[in-house]
Amino acid sequence: MTTAVARNRRRVRPARVAATAIALLLALIWAFPVYWMLNSSLLPNTVLTGTAPRFLPFGGSLDNFAAIFRAGTFWPALAMSVAITLVTVVFCLLFAFLAALAISRFRFKGRASFVLAVLFIQMLPAEGLFIAQYKLMSSLNLLNSVLGVAILYVAAVVPFTIWMLRGFVAGVPIELEEAAMVDGLSRTQAFFRITFPLLAPGLVASGVYAFLQAWNEFTVALVILQAQDYQTLPLWLRTYVQASATRETDWGQVMAASTLVAVPVIVFFLIVQGRLTSGLVAGSVKG
Amino acid sequence: MTTVVASRDAGALTPARTRRMSPAPYLLLVPAILVLLLALGYPLVWQFVTSTQKFGLAQQFGKPPEFVGLANYTRLFTDPQTWAVVGRSIAFCLVNAAITVVLGVAVALLMNAVGAVARLILQVSMLLAWAMPVIASMTVWIWVFDWRRGIVNWALTRLGLDFTNHNWLEQPLSFYFVATVIVVWMSVPFVAFSVYAGLTQISEEVLEAAALDGATARQRFFAIILPMIRPVLMIVALLQVIWDLRVFAQIKMLQDAGAPVASTDLLGTYIYRLGVGSSDFAVASALSIFVLLLTVALSFFYVMHLMKEDR
Repeated sequence: MTTAVARNRRRVRPARVAATAIALLLALIWAFPVYWMLNSSLLPNTVLTGTAPRFLPFGGSLDNFAAIFRAGTFWPALAMSVAITLVTVVFCLLFAFLAALAISRFRFKGRASFVLAVLFIQMLPAEGLFIAQYKLMSSLNLLNSVLGVAILYVAAVVPFTIWMLRGFVAGVPIELEEAAMVDGLSRTQAFFRITFPLLAPGLVASGVYAFLQAWNEFTVALVILQAQDYQTLPLWLRTYVQASATRETDWGQVMAASTLVAVPVIVFFLIVQGRLTSGLVAGSVKG
Repeated sequence: MTTVVASRDAGALTPARTRRMSPAPYLLLVPAILVLLLALGYPLVWQFVTSTQKFGLAQQFGKPPEFVGLANYTRLFTDPQTWAVVGRSIAFCLVNAAITVVLGVAVALLMNAVGAVARLILQVSMLLAWAMPVIASMTVWIWVFDWRRGIVNWALTRLGLDFTNHNWLEQPLSFYFVATVIVVWMSVPFVAFSVYAGLTQISEEVLEAAALDGATARQRFFAIILPMIRPVLMIVALLQVIWDLRVFAQIKMLQDAGAPVASTDLLGTYIYRLGVGSSDFAVASALSIFVLLLTVALSFFYVMHLMKEDR
């Protein structure tokens, strides 16, 4: 009883109350756009164009989503995004995995320069190269193609993925492999039976990272995929915003479109957040 | 090659030496290096060469380009429009990075100061904002600031200011205000979580001891907390500056929503307009090279910091 009172008294310090109030206010501000997207996506246009905004989706429905699905431009854009993202993730993971093995399991001449180059390349902005990349893809006849964009995406994402996977590979002690080799496995067997399973979280995290980059990418896609029929989802979403500049827009549908682009990203993002923070091989080399 | 022969002659092939001379690491690097050379290396060289050539209308119809040395750079940097864009970009970048870092640190301190429930709510909301794809965020924010039925205009009008049908994107200054709100909103979570991770490393005892010795909250912040989170703060601030220079998607989307292009261009959108819009590849390349050099210079300390980790 007395402890409860004491704790209560400590809780009611004005500074702490103020801090909590500010924290909740900030939480409200930061979550509001996401909430507003979901809320608007459920409301019909007649409500959205009314005089006062409706803050809760009363009288809402999934009509806006149905309209998007019916419109016919969503599905090709989705197919384009899925194809590009898939190709990017697979090749990026493969290339980065091999390179990460090289730099974390071998000491060789040129290793430091390679790591340095990778780190600098990872910082280069798309805006500094996209005109030249456009000319490259134009001369290779790869404008408006999955392959053209995927090549550029793999190159853009692979440096950081190498860096990320390097950390994961280095986190698996070589002693584990050596112990397995003492027990009679070959070097390759030891790698695939011992190290590879321990790298699974790293591969998942890097794969999700590559997915997020490819799925969200806008700049390179805008330059390489200029034809209407080859738009990815971000470019497709942009056409709605462009339309809003000149004529009255059905914002409910735009927000439904926005929700469709954002939801997979939010889900995957939350997954990778947890994976990255959990320890990797904690306790597996003890005793 | 000679070392291998020599060591084999000596009959002592140490494991370390075999590993160093084995072609395995190089083979493992081949795919990554090939894709980087194709997608980044070749364009980089092309861009450099093009930036020293005349690339006009005649060249587009097949005439071989002529070498003009640094003429494109001279043309670019004697044009007041270029300096306007560079100046705006740097100002936008510094203002946004500063606001983001200050707010991010404040949010991290709040996460540290409040109870578990309030912290969780704040963290979930920050994660949501962080997870939103840039283009989806832009779309929502353009709707929030929409001049006809945006919630911001409605709220300000309700507060007694007349913002009915106010177009935020028309004037450069209010255009950049909107852009700043959006960029800060999407960047603060990264800073907040990084700094918060740093804050949790500070031992409770040190702060308690300081409090017992009579240090005020302000003194504890500047004398203990700030020095201890300085490493993470420097890195986060540097990354923020680098990232806020490349706000192409954000500015492009706001322009698409109906802003005047010429007076709101930053570096990325200006290069886009030069290259894709007016096919002035030579000058666009020259400006791209400038942006790349600027990025590499800014990235230097960050990369060196990462290299230290690679041991």
